[in-house]
Amino acid sequence: MQWINAIVQGVLVGGLYALFAAGLSLIFGVMRLVNIAHGDLIVLAAFLALVVMQTLGLGALESLVVVIPLMALLGYVLQRGLLNLTLGSDILPPLLVTFGLSVIIQNGLLQVFTADSRRLNAGALEVATFNLAGIDIGVLPLVMFLAAVAVIGVLQFIFYRTALGRAFRATSDDADVARMMGLDNRHIFGLAMALSLAVVAIAGVFLAVRTNFDPASGPARLIFGFEAVIIGGLGNLWGTLAGGVILGVTQAIGAQINPGWQLLAGHLVFLLVLAFRPTGLFPRIAG
Amino acid sequence: MPEPILAVTELDAFYGDFQALFAVSVAVEPGEVLAMIGANGAGKSTFLKAVAGVIPAKREAIRFRGESIGGLSADRILKRGIALVPEGRRLFPSLSVEENLMIGGQLGRKGRWSLETVYALFPVLGERRNQASTSLSGGQQQMCAIGRALMANPDFILFDEISLGLAPVIIKDIYAALPGIVAGGAGAVIVEQDITRALSVATRVVCLQEGRVSLQGRPADLDRAAISAAYFGT
Repeated sequence: MQWINAIVQGVLVGGLYALFAAGLSLIFGVMRLVNIAHGDLIVLAAFLALVVMQTLGLGALESLVVVIPLMALLGYVLQRGLLNLTLGSDILPPLLVTFGLSVIIQNGLLQVFTADSRRLNAGALEVATFNLAGIDIGVLPLVMFLAAVAVIGVLQFIFYRTALGRAFRATSDDADVARMMGLDNRHIFGLAMALSLAVVAIAGVFLAVRTNFDPASGPARLIFGFEAVIIGGLGNLWGTLAGGVILGVTQAIGAQINPGWQLLAGHLVFLLVLAFRPTGLFPRIAG
Repeated sequence: MPEPILAVTELDAFYGDFQALFAVSVAVEPGEVLAMIGANGAGKSTFLKAVAGVIPAKREAIRFRGESIGGLSADRILKRGIALVPEGRRLFPSLSVEENLMIGGQLGRKGRWSLETVYALFPVLGERRNQASTSLSGGQQQMCAIGRALMANPDFILFDEISLGLAPVIIKDIYAALPGIVAGGAGAVIVEQDITRALSVATRVVCLQEGRVSLQGRPADLDRAAISAAYFGT
């Protein structure tokens, strides 16, 4: 029963990892940009939620009403004002610039909020649990998991059923021809980054409700996000969810064997996938 | 003589340090179909790309409907009504046939072209509307590329290498559809390797040779020897 419990908790945490990963995957898919600052943007969103909660007196989940649009706006401005300038045939400049951005965000947060670790208070929701066939399931982890499924469902819908998604895919395929069809790729990329950071906002708030965070928490979230994307297969959003779940379950099993093995087990599974299935377990189906 | 709808004057074009066009001047009058011929590397595609805004040009070098449009971005030029069917089709591989057409139409210019009219022109596209564009044959991909350009309801269309790599029977179909495409529009430029076909549909022919205009005139006024000389530079 202990094992089943560990696996269930792992699945639910996997939803959070999928949330870390979804925005990363989206940006890479649309503009081949690997956003090294992704984890720090998640932490930035968490601090933003903290400020919003303190100044407006909102609850943790309610703060999303403000944090999502603010992060989306930041994403658009960041893309139009900075990241678009780094895009080209060479993939190195965006990598270096987002790495620099990561350092700047961490130090900026350190300056403003100090190195103290914080947590967002979600009230009674944090400790609420219910018992399902002998397994205690936390309401909050379940909400997180369902939110991850919903976010990926919405992203999937946007990508494959809307004009915006069509524009994302067309620009990703061939930016020059998309331009000829009247799609301004700078604007499209801005919208993609806005969408990515809207997801980051959700990921950041859930992260901050679940665990302590401080200005240096970002890079570890980036790693989990990367691992979920790679395990699941690039360019497949449902695969990313599966990747997050696999990572979460592996970590939970590792922790069950020995608490010190929690992270190691996740990294090992990532390494195995990279070695034997470098395209991921669920690569995008061609055509 | 009516005022040209597209007037290109002394157009120079470059790829980095390499100059591909030297002072090319070409005018297209309303309703005309201009065929552009010439050997590989003569600058035909470069000319179309400059007009479509894919590569830079001097502002004054290209005038459309009396306005200078040289060097505007491709999306602005499309908004003014010039569409390019690019060489090699260049459909969006991850989009279905219908989605490719819808991308072409997303600018929302009004006109007679819609999914229905494009499917009426090329029924095979309608039959395969939900298939991946990569599953089409070369000729069907060219139809899709033409349809995608038409969806923008352009007044003026540039066709690059319209028949390159296609089976003769498909080329016949596409040329059969051409008058219907051009009619009602303001004009067209066709880049074509097959001189006989080019002469059969064009109201005027321009031959480029090494980036310069080597011959220009009405098909009826040009004899084969002159075209051959202009084409090969003999």
